[in-house]
Amino acid sequence: MRASVIVFPGSNCDRDVAVALEAVMGKAPRMVWHGDSKLPDSDLIVLPGGFSYGDYLRSGAMAAHSPVMRAVAAKARQGTAVLGICNGFQVLTEIGLLPGTLMRNASLKFICKDVHVRAARTDTLYAKLYPADRAIRLPIAHKDGNYFADEETLDRLEGEGRVAFRYCGPDAEITPEANPNGSRRNIAGLYDESRRVLGLMPHPERMIEKDLGGSDGRPFFESLINGLQ
Amino acid sequence: MTADSPEKTQAAPSAAKIAEHGIKPDEYLRLVELLGRHPNPTELGIFSVMWSEHCSYKSSRVWLKQLPTTGPQVIQGPGENAGVVDLGDGLAAIFKMESHNHPSYIEPHQGAATGVGGIMRDVFTMGARPVANLNALRFGAPDHPKTRHLVAGVVGGIGDYGNAIGVPTVGGETNFDARYNNNILVNAMCVGIAPTGRIFYSAAAGAGNPVVYVGSKTGRDGIHGATMASAEFDDASAEKRPTVQVGDPFAEKLLLEACLELMQEDAIIAIQDMGAAGLTSSSVEMASKGGVGIALNLDHVPQRETGMNAYEMMLSESQERMLMVLRPGSEPLAAAIFKKWELDFAVIGETTETGRLQVSHRGVLEADIPIPALADEAPVYERPYQLRKPLPLIGADEVPAANSATEALLKLMGSPHLSSRRWIWEQYDHMVMADTVERPGGDAAIVRVHGTKKGLALTCDVTPRYCFADPFEGGRQAIVESWRNLTATGADPLAVTDCLNFGNPERPEIMGEFVGCIQGMAESCRALAFPVVSGNVSLYNETNGVAIPPTPGIGAIGLIPDLAARASIGFEPGQTIVLLGAASGHLGQSIYQLIATGAFNGAPPPVDLDAEKRAGDLVRMLIRLGLCHTVHDVSDGGLLVALAEMALAGNTGFELTAAPADLPLHALYFGEDQGRYLLGVDADAAAAIVARAGAAGVPARIIGVTGGDRIALPGEDPLPLARLRGEHEAWFPRYFGER
Repeated sequence: MRASVIVFPGSNCDRDVAVALEAVMGKAPRMVWHGDSKLPDSDLIVLPGGFSYGDYLRSGAMAAHSPVMRAVAAKARQGTAVLGICNGFQVLTEIGLLPGTLMRNASLKFICKDVHVRAARTDTLYAKLYPADRAIRLPIAHKDGNYFADEETLDRLEGEGRVAFRYCGPDAEITPEANPNGSRRNIAGLYDESRRVLGLMPHPERMIEKDLGGSDGRPFFESLINGLQ
Repeated sequence: MTADSPEKTQAAPSAAKIAEHGIKPDEYLRLVELLGRHPNPTELGIFSVMWSEHCSYKSSRVWLKQLPTTGPQVIQGPGENAGVVDLGDGLAAIFKMESHNHPSYIEPHQGAATGVGGIMRDVFTMGARPVANLNALRFGAPDHPKTRHLVAGVVGGIGDYGNAIGVPTVGGETNFDARYNNNILVNAMCVGIAPTGRIFYSAAAGAGNPVVYVGSKTGRDGIHGATMASAEFDDASAEKRPTVQVGDPFAEKLLLEACLELMQEDAIIAIQDMGAAGLTSSSVEMASKGGVGIALNLDHVPQRETGMNAYEMMLSESQERMLMVLRPGSEPLAAAIFKKWELDFAVIGETTETGRLQVSHRGVLEADIPIPALADEAPVYERPYQLRKPLPLIGADEVPAANSATEALLKLMGSPHLSSRRWIWEQYDHMVMADTVERPGGDAAIVRVHGTKKGLALTCDVTPRYCFADPFEGGRQAIVESWRNLTATGADPLAVTDCLNFGNPERPEIMGEFVGCIQGMAESCRALAFPVVSGNVSLYNETNGVAIPPTPGIGAIGLIPDLAARASIGFEPGQTIVLLGAASGHLGQSIYQLIATGAFNGAPPPVDLDAEKRAGDLVRMLIRLGLCHTVHDVSDGGLLVALAEMALAGNTGFELTAAPADLPLHALYFGEDQGRYLLGVDADAAAAIVARAGAAGVPARIIGVTGGDRIALPGEDPLPLARLRGEHEAWFPRYFGER
């Protein structure tokens, strides 16, 4: 099991996800500088959270043009698992591996808090260890997490079973009140067609032990790493 | 140096020019004497910033010496970019708090953002990776027409900077008071961690060593920021917007990573961030501390704008820049690292044996000043001061009792003074770096020392209304409250950074406030072995002759040796509630007094340092022994507010047993007596804890039990927690029209 974490200038959750991967995998992932055009052999590529290039143009837009991203996209199309968390999700939409876009939060403010999400399906590489009908508590920390796609695309995504996680209440009910950022259909995470590429707004890497306020993020990495080993 | 020296025959600047630079007539005479001639315009600009209150501490310096600054834990006290304390196992905490008040009032978003950027640079300049930010904010009355805009701007600016750079903002405090209407305070604190063997200092050394500029390019922003920060405001202050710098957190993130990468190598002799007074103060400070001279060639300074002259470049406060003295020969290695991070890197000068600051530009020697004239020989004042007469003690009978303590509690908890600050801290990423163990909202935030079982407890405190009523008592109280907040988490308090915000020191009553606060702080620091290791002074916080209340902000850190033994404030069901410390029902200067009478009056609650120490040491021991993990100190709002906060944090109600008859109820419930803690303990351990307290000389009594979802006071209808929570959480969203 070989994991690589791509580091862009302005990434700031690269260490956090590396720590989480190592805690579950027992081995540190490779940290890959964005300027490298060659990608080490990897079973899993992670695009971490942060503010790549300051997110001054559009969140994730500049990172999508990094030399390494061409290789990442090619690997993804060949079936390598690619996980984009927060800014990584934004990058995945910018390079077209995932449809839609992440707009400014409906409140127009940065939001950092724990939210609840529910796995839309639990037969995937990432969500195998989550119960189908229970809320999972994970933190969000973003200003641009408001998922948008047109109705037709959303219908298609739902039809193809590509919604990964939805914001819900602590009782697992998917309601407008439980939606922290205005995302269409409460979407918090989205798969590509193969369900091996995942874009996810919440940060499971921040919730892997009791001392950090909870461990609901740990099964996410356990499922992923078990599935790839 | 091939350029010609500034002429001995340099004409004197006009009196208006001198005044415009904030230099007083007698100071100008001193300048000419030290320089041996009149200064040219660039030199006048350099003197103006270096002799400004902000850079020279000329009014405060003689008094700051009274603060204790040493202890076995102290690696570096005041005088460097930040203070350094030992955490054991080869690690040190590096931390400081700094004000960005004037710019934040004029342009709240950028002013606050660059305040965060500046304090982080102070910390990573010394080799530390920043691990936590905190901030202490004081705004005017909520109904003042500018307040809403200022709160939103400042909070947004702090968030935008800290969130992007990826350092968690874990705590702080926010007050509202009409006396800050025209002078808000934005004090930012940063804490970093470095290996004790790799701490970097700012003293240059040697001659002929390269002086290197790294980071962002220099523009015309922020020229005269330090001078602005050393003057009062008047009605025309909004016109000073061009003197506010603009922040770029992305550039800072790159600068942080590049500096830390270079610090792995043996290349840096000295390093100093370019903060207030930019290139001028960074080069002068490095030269002054090292007892060397420095020669700069401004032709090599990376510039963002064309046609900048020496005056502008020397005084620019463009952000995200650093100055370093490197070991000769290490330039290529250093340049490669900064190139990787896509930052400018330029050799702009060298250290010299002249003891002078020599600045050339386009072949002209634009400044040639003896370094001591800008540093050690800068003016120092022993300003006249007038201490305030203590105010009378207010008896409980002078403050009306509430008809219902429950209703009074709701009112307090829903007021701007005590309402939840969630609206603020949810705009800050307080979890990035994945080591935040105690999030905002408790007594102190706790950040794990990465990769260890140790924790750093962090807090910001001061009660400005106490300081106004009695500067000495207020100064004492600010220190003990921070010490108490650290203690309540189970931490050993280590050291303090201070951010001293006052009005115009040329007025004896303001200078008296300063002196009183310093003396009070010094007494508490000595009694608690809690040294001050870094700090900042911000004077002239007044507009049209109206000063802010004295606000000596305290940032403090403590060490939790093992996170397994720590405490937080949330009640758990089935606990017995123990109150430690004596209750005398002091209502003077209390929030209850404000709500009940419309004003703060009388003396603030007195601090008993011996009692504080006894109670704090007991609490820490109980936490370490595993006898207690639910602790909250009693401060603003008094006993009932503290209990309510514990109930909300743990989502667990409580019932108070019959109140003792020795105090009027409103004084018992809402008095702000110092030196007190509330504990939630196992029922079967309660008696033993009370006994231990007795043995330690700490008054203790069992006052109730926890459980359920309501707050039950003797003789009153129970208050559902949901209703209390609704009131407590509503103020900020309502204020911003969000509900």
